[in-house]
Amino acid sequence: MKFADILHFALGSLRGSTVRTLLMILAMSIGVAAVVILTALGEGARRYVVNQFASLGTNLVIVLPGRTETAGIAPGMLLGQVAREITLDDAEAVLRSNAVKRIAPLTIGSATLSHDALNREVVVLGSTHHLLEVRHMTLGMGSFLPQGDIHESTSVIVLGKKIQQELFGNTSALGQWVRLGDRRFRVIGVMAAQGESMGFNTDEIVIVPVASAHQLFNTSGLFRILIEAKNRDAIEQAKHDAETILFARHAGEKDVTVITQDAVLATFDRILTALTLAVGGIAAISLAVAGVLIMNVMLIAVAQRVKEIGLLKALGAPSTQIRSLFFAEAALLSSIGSMMGLILGYAGSLLIGQLYPSLPVSPPWWAVLAACATALTTGILFSVWPARRAAQLDAVAALAGR
Amino acid sequence: MIVLENINRSFLVGDQPVAALRDINLSLADGEYLSLMGPSGSGKSTLLNLLGLLDRPSSGTYLLDGGNVTDLSDAQQARVRSEKIGFVFQSFHLVPRLSAAQNIELPMMLAGIPVAERQHRVAELVASYGLRERADHRPDQLSGGQRQRVAIARATVMNPAILLADEPTGNLDRATGREVLRLLEQLTERGITLVMVTHDAEIGVRAPRQLHMLDGRILSDQLSSDQSTAP
Repeated sequence: MKFADILHFALGSLRGSTVRTLLMILAMSIGVAAVVILTALGEGARRYVVNQFASLGTNLVIVLPGRTETAGIAPGMLLGQVAREITLDDAEAVLRSNAVKRIAPLTIGSATLSHDALNREVVVLGSTHHLLEVRHMTLGMGSFLPQGDIHESTSVIVLGKKIQQELFGNTSALGQWVRLGDRRFRVIGVMAAQGESMGFNTDEIVIVPVASAHQLFNTSGLFRILIEAKNRDAIEQAKHDAETILFARHAGEKDVTVITQDAVLATFDRILTALTLAVGGIAAISLAVAGVLIMNVMLIAVAQRVKEIGLLKALGAPSTQIRSLFFAEAALLSSIGSMMGLILGYAGSLLIGQLYPSLPVSPPWWAVLAACATALTTGILFSVWPARRAAQLDAVAALAGR
Repeated sequence: MIVLENINRSFLVGDQPVAALRDINLSLADGEYLSLMGPSGSGKSTLLNLLGLLDRPSSGTYLLDGGNVTDLSDAQQARVRSEKIGFVFQSFHLVPRLSAAQNIELPMMLAGIPVAERQHRVAELVASYGLRERADHRPDQLSGGQRQRVAIARATVMNPAILLADEPTGNLDRATGREVLRLLEQLTERGITLVMVTHDAEIGVRAPRQLHMLDGRILSDQLSSDQSTAP
């Protein structure tokens, strides 16, 4: 029997029982669509996080004060001690490494910002001119923090977009004086609206020179040093250099932590990929269920078509041929089902993409491939038994409809 | 040429073996026309199934054209059925979703014959069996006589040497039944061996050779000229 004939015959018998066929295709396509949509969501979440990290800056190495121990409580914590501070000089020293392109020291705190009668609590970032490039921020109008000595505490301030609107409305804020804490600052720039990234809304902060922030909060320590490596390959070198320089400056004490953004990103990447795999796997269970359904319906089909099977045997069809006819039916069902499922799944992901534009939803190719492969293998695997049963029917009994 | 030697066939009913055929010896020449008669349960259908290789004897040998076919594997027997044996059933056994032409084509499709040749032969048979207007109709749109003609066309499409008919007129009225019988008898004139099971004596006597069975044994084996060859 020719392959085309087998397909044609199987298609004919599928068409012979439309409702049953449609229900099976539905079950199969729901399974495939579930895998496609769920993995698309997982992949979307992963890409979202990756994009968020990218928006924080590229080739970043971050220095944190203190050392994260692997276990237990650092003894200093009980005594109220903190790790040795990272100073501005430490930050400048890091620049000695030739793997480092630029740095931005960061101090963070909160203070009351007031202008005329209006005042509100704001998050204050103390940094330098380079923060703009290192953190990939964009300036809306005016100018950013001036270049110059890192220790110089000039009284200039750059406002976040939302702060500017709340305090000044539609009038220009540039050149105006505002009060931040107990000091007066002159507004020299306003950030462009950027929205939230990594849970940190840059529209609701104000930025002052790092030395001014230190005076404001009466500290000398830094919250972070953001280091931008020269290029991707220099990241590890920059990290190593930063550690060497800072440990040396801290008398050999390893009291700072240097992490690379890549490492953090890789962790998130791993977690979210695992998550995607997990939801994909759960969805694949529905495919297995669809496979069982196919087996059930095939068994019924065999029972209903006993006479036909008997006839085929009488007409000279060997067992292998009858088996391949039923296989072909199952394969057709699963492939049509997966095709419909793919269409459904892609349409679903598109819809979710429309509803949540910030989530880059798109099903990963491996999930699509895996879904189709699972659908086909379960469909064919679960038809082995019914097909064998059909092939092993006794011709005489089958012809009599028994 | 068919030769049956000491054929026995017993079935297990519960745990009791029941003999359906006992010591059947029979030989059939090419082109012979034999009617198999007897009451129900006499073993005539079992004998027909054995002749059609749908069933295997419990003991004995079946020689078809000189070759022993009892020892063949299932797949080899299927091949013999495909090439040498045609079946005509009382209830027609047409595939309901296929058209008359497709039903006729079915054995050739199973045998893997090229499409062009298939269409050619189907067209030939459809014409010679007077089914030209009904070729694209499904079985439920055909009359009983037309259905049996489609079934006969299907049984002969592979040019078999043997045609096995199990009560071919059982579901037809008298007039249509005669028409179908004439059709089958014409085939024997072209050299096909025809074995027909019937319980209708009036139909049975039309065959030149008549076999009466009772309780799994051949009761009488007579030629129309009344020469008895029964043991």
